[in-house]
Amino acid sequence: MEITCIACPLGCAIKVTLEGGKVVDIQGATCKRGEEYAKLECLSPKRMVTSTVTLIGSPLRRLPIKTEHPIPKSKVMDVARALLGVEINAPVSIGDIVAENICDTGVNMVATRHALAISTKNEAIN
Amino acid sequence: MKKVDIVIIGGGPAGLAAALGAKDAGIENIIILEREQYLGGILNQCIHNGFGLHVFKEELTGPEYAARYEERVKQAKIPYLLNTMVLDITRDKKVMAVNRDGLLEIKAEAVILAMGCRERPRGAINIPGRRPVGIYAAGTAQKFVNIDGFVPGKEVVVLGSGDIGLIMARRMTFEGAAVKAVVELMPYSGGLKRNIVQCLDDFGIPLKLSHTVTQIKGGERLTGVTIARVDENLKPIPGTEEDISCDTLLLSVGLIPDNELSRNAGIALSNITGGPVVDESLQTSVEGIFACGNTLHVHDLVDFVSAESEQAGKNAAEYVRGKRPRPDGGITLSTKGGVRYAVPASIDPGNVSDKIDIRFRVSNVFKNRYVAVYFDDTRLKRHRRLILTPGEMETLTLTKAEFEKYPDARSITIALEE
Repeated sequence: MEITCIACPLGCAIKVTLEGGKVVDIQGATCKRGEEYAKLECLSPKRMVTSTVTLIGSPLRRLPIKTEHPIPKSKVMDVARALLGVEINAPVSIGDIVAENICDTGVNMVATRHALAISTKNEAIN
Repeated sequence: MKKVDIVIIGGGPAGLAAALGAKDAGIENIIILEREQYLGGILNQCIHNGFGLHVFKEELTGPEYAARYEERVKQAKIPYLLNTMVLDITRDKKVMAVNRDGLLEIKAEAVILAMGCRERPRGAINIPGRRPVGIYAAGTAQKFVNIDGFVPGKEVVVLGSGDIGLIMARRMTFEGAAVKAVVELMPYSGGLKRNIVQCLDDFGIPLKLSHTVTQIKGGERLTGVTIARVDENLKPIPGTEEDISCDTLLLSVGLIPDNELSRNAGIALSNITGGPVVDESLQTSVEGIFACGNTLHVHDLVDFVSAESEQAGKNAAEYVRGKRPRPDGGITLSTKGGVRYAVPASIDPGNVSDKIDIRFRVSNVFKNRYVAVYFDDTRLKRHRRLILTPGEMETLTLTKAEFEKYPDARSITIALEE
């Protein structure tokens, strides 16, 4: 597998050879961090997903959210699609769960911004 | 007229850290003026993660990073005004602002400029063609999507591969748009490798290096663009044109420090960074006016904005208490051999308590170079670097002891060497 390393701006092209699900050879990495990254990226690539959902009853229109932990890369677009059209009621605090076990990843989506309810709008903007 | 010790223009990451720095240094009478309806500035629309690795030793999203600083400012009981737009700053540090209560005049002992930066617009890059709906600066589109809740289009081309453009390519993909290509004039991307992999490669979005948009098509609405390969002089090569249909073109073609207020106050600006020329205290050419964050020079990591701004706050506090005399000249800092700029522009060693950070950027991609520091014609030190790129700000630290080795130095030069 060909991997572009993200550990530093060099962006080494690393070639990882797998046999029976195990790494048997790594070529092209110029540092230890790069080798580790390439190994992980080949065996179980993971990504954080960040997006927004509609916020109801708040002076803010959108609530930013994230996966609590990185999820398998193959599930990223499933999660993005599942979030389209989701609505959340204010108030919300950072860390509140917005969607549990999103797309059966075992990972929750959580709020990354505080959002007050509209009744306290003046407080929110003053 | 209201009197304060320090007025801070802008409540984004720079303004918040500057306020905390000033408060820590013992100044109570501070006010932050913010034109938006919330603190945190641009961080609120930067919903992706990767912020805070240096400051908090963990990866936060933009809004989370902003919330932490907002919390600290509230705990420190630092006063701030939202929905308040500064109209003018004078050389004698009178600040005029406007909000729903009317005009506000403040006389300050010191002013900290923390207004951030703006995006380069279409007009700055002279793309020929029509002016249909559907062409936006990438950061503006980011605000539409992440704050206002509007997705600006369904088929997208991004011009410029800075981090905002890359992040928006992924963001638009998540919102159901098809991102056809990211087109970059230079033979390299100005964005982080991580963003190229995780925002483009992951979604099969092509990055067209050494290409540019040569034609805008459409009537009311954008219907497509023509792109072409460019030669080594960055001129389009005839015969390499390619049409791409799209309803949206996002421009990620650079950021410019926001300094209209500084200009009105008669503050000297650098024609390289676009920000004020500052000394070791981050003090501008006007005594008692300090600058930090993206107003001073465009940063790529908010962590460095916070560190720099906290220092600006401390320096302003010392200035107010008469403990930081304005330097008489100082050592001039200059750059050569691929170093495009360095901040600050001059250093008075008398105002360096134990060390000082110098931030700089290079003008091209360089591999296997030394970053060398000269005091007059003598090389003080050099560090080997595997790679330096224009997209990544570099930091170099000089210690008090190093200045003491060269008490008669007139100039410091930072250079790249093979």
